[in-house]
Amino acid sequence: MIAVDHLSKKYGDLTAVRDLSFKVEKGKIWGLLGPNAAGKTTTMRILTGFLPATEGRASVGNLDVFEQGNEIKKILGYLPEVLPLYPDMTVAEYLGFVAAIKKVPAAKRSDSVAKAVKVTGLESVKGRLIKNISRGYKQRVGIAQALVHDPLVLILDEPTIGLDPAQIIEIRSLIKSLKGERTIILSTHILPEVTQTCDGVVIINEGRLMASGSLEDLTASIRHQEGVVLKLRRDAAEGASVVRTIAGVDNVTLTGDELKVEWKPGRDLRDDVLRLLVGKGFSLLEMRPVAMNIEDLYLKIVSGGTEQ
Amino acid sequence: MKNIWVVAKKELRTYFTSPIAYVVIAIFLVLVGFFYYNILMWFNAQAMQMAQNQYYYSQININQMVYQPLFNNMSIILLLMLPLLTMRLFSEEKKIGTEELLYTSPISVGQIILGKFLASLLVLLAMLALSGLLSVFSFAYGNPEVAPILNGYLGLFLLGAAFIAIGIFFSSLTENQIVSAVLTFGALLLFWVLNWASNSAAGAWKDVLNYVSFLQHFDNMTQGILDTTDVVYYASFAFFGLFLTHSVIQSRRWR
Repeated sequence: MIAVDHLSKKYGDLTAVRDLSFKVEKGKIWGLLGPNAAGKTTTMRILTGFLPATEGRASVGNLDVFEQGNEIKKILGYLPEVLPLYPDMTVAEYLGFVAAIKKVPAAKRSDSVAKAVKVTGLESVKGRLIKNISRGYKQRVGIAQALVHDPLVLILDEPTIGLDPAQIIEIRSLIKSLKGERTIILSTHILPEVTQTCDGVVIINEGRLMASGSLEDLTASIRHQEGVVLKLRRDAAEGASVVRTIAGVDNVTLTGDELKVEWKPGRDLRDDVLRLLVGKGFSLLEMRPVAMNIEDLYLKIVSGGTEQ
Repeated sequence: MKNIWVVAKKELRTYFTSPIAYVVIAIFLVLVGFFYYNILMWFNAQAMQMAQNQYYYSQININQMVYQPLFNNMSIILLLMLPLLTMRLFSEEKKIGTEELLYTSPISVGQIILGKFLASLLVLLAMLALSGLLSVFSFAYGNPEVAPILNGYLGLFLLGAAFIAIGIFFSSLTENQIVSAVLTFGALLLFWVLNWASNSAAGAWKDVLNYVSFLQHFDNMTQGILDTTDVVYYASFAFFGLFLTHSVIQSRRWR
């Protein structure tokens, strides 16, 4: 549905995006993940036609962003990072205006607005001036604005920024509920957002593509080892030598009083480890899985690790 | 056309739901009323004196003695007030981030500019129409000629349209409304008095400076002369302002 092909964007001497390529399938939610100033907003602005690219191509549906920009704008909803709200309008007036400039036919406009209000849960504030509603509601108005013309593609730039944890959960489930017919790209620098809402992820840093793919593929590709981290009440070193005797355990490392036990993926040695340690009289305080997932990959990338 | 009207309607709503339009229109009317009253009182005294003499009596002309100075005063008030009407048009969109909504919508930049232009023109029209009500007194107690008055109002409207287009241009340059207003004031004043420099200019420059200056063309219109040159002048000024705005916005995005 969305294809970005060797895209680059320069602002004067500054290169914000370099040679970025990725694809998003129809009906999926894809996360654009990267630290601040990674080029997320620039990429989104190019896709929405707000900015032209310096090099490369991008397409939405079968339409080219640069040549058929006006056609794309009709099927695309965009939530910019800075909410594009007119403070002196009421929520309903504002959504009506957006519907009009998005070319929703006049006869259908009030229905479209009513639908967007309903989906985003804005009924209670639709008659109020935007400047008088809370930040959480403003964010919803921003999403409603992107939805009002029933677009096929939604581009959401940092949709949960500046919200409290409860609101974040609400907005995330709202976004998930919008999936289906729609293809959604959302940008974020918060990792759990991707693992909780997205089907796939594009990780960029300093304008470069670092990794992209569905969450399962990415996790599988980086998981060479599985394991647990153990915390013993005492004698961690001795515990380490005991655990090493278990068949299948590849690696045991001791950091401080924490014991990391690893084995090849495809088998589960947790029971064996636990039984042996308890049987030998060790007292176990904590046991948790080794977090070898997108988070590690992301941290590695962001801290200047390897490219994939 | 529909898109232009959608944008214009939104701007009109902003003008009239905030105090901007009311304050600008009201203060404009107070000032025009004040000038009208003073000129009329002066005319009254003058006419009494002139009536003593047969020759001067035939020279009494309310169009020339009241409306011509009034139009000149009104044009200066417009110069002071219209930049306040236009300063927010693009600056504010840029400042609060709504430009991203506008430029990612399936309407063209030209339509956005024309919509904003149209909204300001309508406010200008309201200002002029309401000020026209003052003439009730002239017609009740005198017999001025209608055509020169309408011509003067046309002149004010065209002049105002040119002011607005220039104001829109400066508004597209900056996200700061004060800067936008000050730049507009400066440019308008400069164009107003540009023909002063023609006294010391030589050859073709003299004609150029005279032609480019607002004042020359406006004088014709207040005197009741309707010349297509003047109409074309104002129309091309407005077009030029809007065209520059379009170029500024496009080049911003393509840089």
